[in-house]
Amino acid sequence: MDKKKQQQAYENYVKQKTPVHNLPANMAKAFVVGGIICTIGQAILNYCEKMGLSKDISGSWTSMLLVLLSVVLTGFGIYPQIAKWGGAGALVPITGFANSVAAPAIEYKKEGQVMGIGCKIFTIAGPVILYGIFTSWVLGLGYWILKISGIV
Amino acid sequence: MVKGIQSIAFEQSPYLISSASVVGKKEGEGPLGKMFDMVEEEDLFGENTWEEAESAMQKEACLLAIGKAHLAPEDIRYLFGGDLLRQGVATSLGVEELGIPMFGLFGACSTSGEALALASMSVAAGYGEYMLAVTSSHFGSAEKEFRFPLGYANQRPLSAQWTVTGSGAFLVGKKRSHVRITGVTVGKIVDYGLKDSQNMGACMAPAACDTIIRNLKDFDRVPEDYNRIITGDLGYVGQSILFDLMRGKEYDIKKNHMDCGMTIFDQQLQDTHAGGSGCGCAATTLSAYILPKLERGEWQRVLFVPTGALMSTVSYNEGASVPGIAHGIVLEHC
Repeated sequence: MDKKKQQQAYENYVKQKTPVHNLPANMAKAFVVGGIICTIGQAILNYCEKMGLSKDISGSWTSMLLVLLSVVLTGFGIYPQIAKWGGAGALVPITGFANSVAAPAIEYKKEGQVMGIGCKIFTIAGPVILYGIFTSWVLGLGYWILKISGIV
Repeated sequence: MVKGIQSIAFEQSPYLISSASVVGKKEGEGPLGKMFDMVEEEDLFGENTWEEAESAMQKEACLLAIGKAHLAPEDIRYLFGGDLLRQGVATSLGVEELGIPMFGLFGACSTSGEALALASMSVAAGYGEYMLAVTSSHFGSAEKEFRFPLGYANQRPLSAQWTVTGSGAFLVGKKRSHVRITGVTVGKIVDYGLKDSQNMGACMAPAACDTIIRNLKDFDRVPEDYNRIITGDLGYVGQSILFDLMRGKEYDIKKNHMDCGMTIFDQQLQDTHAGGSGCGCAATTLSAYILPKLERGEWQRVLFVPTGALMSTVSYNEGASVPGIAHGIVLEHC
């Protein structure tokens, strides 16, 4: 028990000695970057609808173009610099997901198409895919239960 | 020869005959830029992968160090080398062409100390005339192994350190030179239970404290007996913690402490957060910055204490803590 207390004490001490990023500043920067990315997305959506495309198709074009933009910027090493400043503002939108797939694809190309890219391309995005789908299933299950019990 | 609890004081101190440092672009742009033997602008070093680049650096550093002493690889009895990568591949594939019988080591960022300790112990024990100690690290290969692919967009915490792309090689032997390795304090693993792999300075500081104090006690010395007590890569956060830990044990090393991780990069201009890290950090700084001062006699005696964080990606994911180790090498001008 004594050792655990010591370790906890050291952890607390290190926490107060370690500098951290300024939270309000980071939140503000994330807001700006995330906002800009979403505004670009909205602009694409508006343009597609203006051209007469349905809402669904417009949405698909928006996602595709944002993903393309992110992959290209990742390839040129620009996207990491955006995230360095914008943090979660660059990670949360679909562009962040695209970056998390493109980056391993580039890095692991050296290990081959199968064992490299094939096995490791989802090394960062894997949890997002797995738990995103799992959560959808859970919510779907909940919705179904509510339906059959007449609540919804 | 055996001194105190963990140390060795050599009766016939081996000489640190020559050394070489090979680094990448960022290091060349740092405060020590002009002091390195070789600065490579392309971080791939003309190879196809980061791992091959790191191997190329090691080979180059070895050849330079051997060449400076006008020797050939055949003259080296044993090579002691290691790196950060899985199964130490950078070292194996780097030194294989040299054809020197070798010991592959792992001490994380303390490998330069481990290699120098073993090399000097071998010479002092009479097992050979010339021994080579080498280590390296590479930003690309280390980030890929321990953190994320380089293209991944994430924010590094302020306590994170920047792995140095560099290799340092040291020739230890009986031939006279101006620097002697007069003593060694072999470190033991010290674990204060910290699990934050992005704050390595805090993980390693207890080990540095332990080895430094052990060295002082074994050799019956005080901090002022050394012109400098030099840690490998505690960084800004780790240094501050080290001072507190030492003060807690009633030792004050604030006046003559130096850290390679804080010296090799300019924190403001190069955005390296808590400082440099990696096996190459301590090794290249020792070769390019510390040894010349000892050779000139500007410093008479220093304690070189590189520290290592003994973790793997698996141990970290499985919730293990990150223990530290530090090896002390006593270097003297002669």
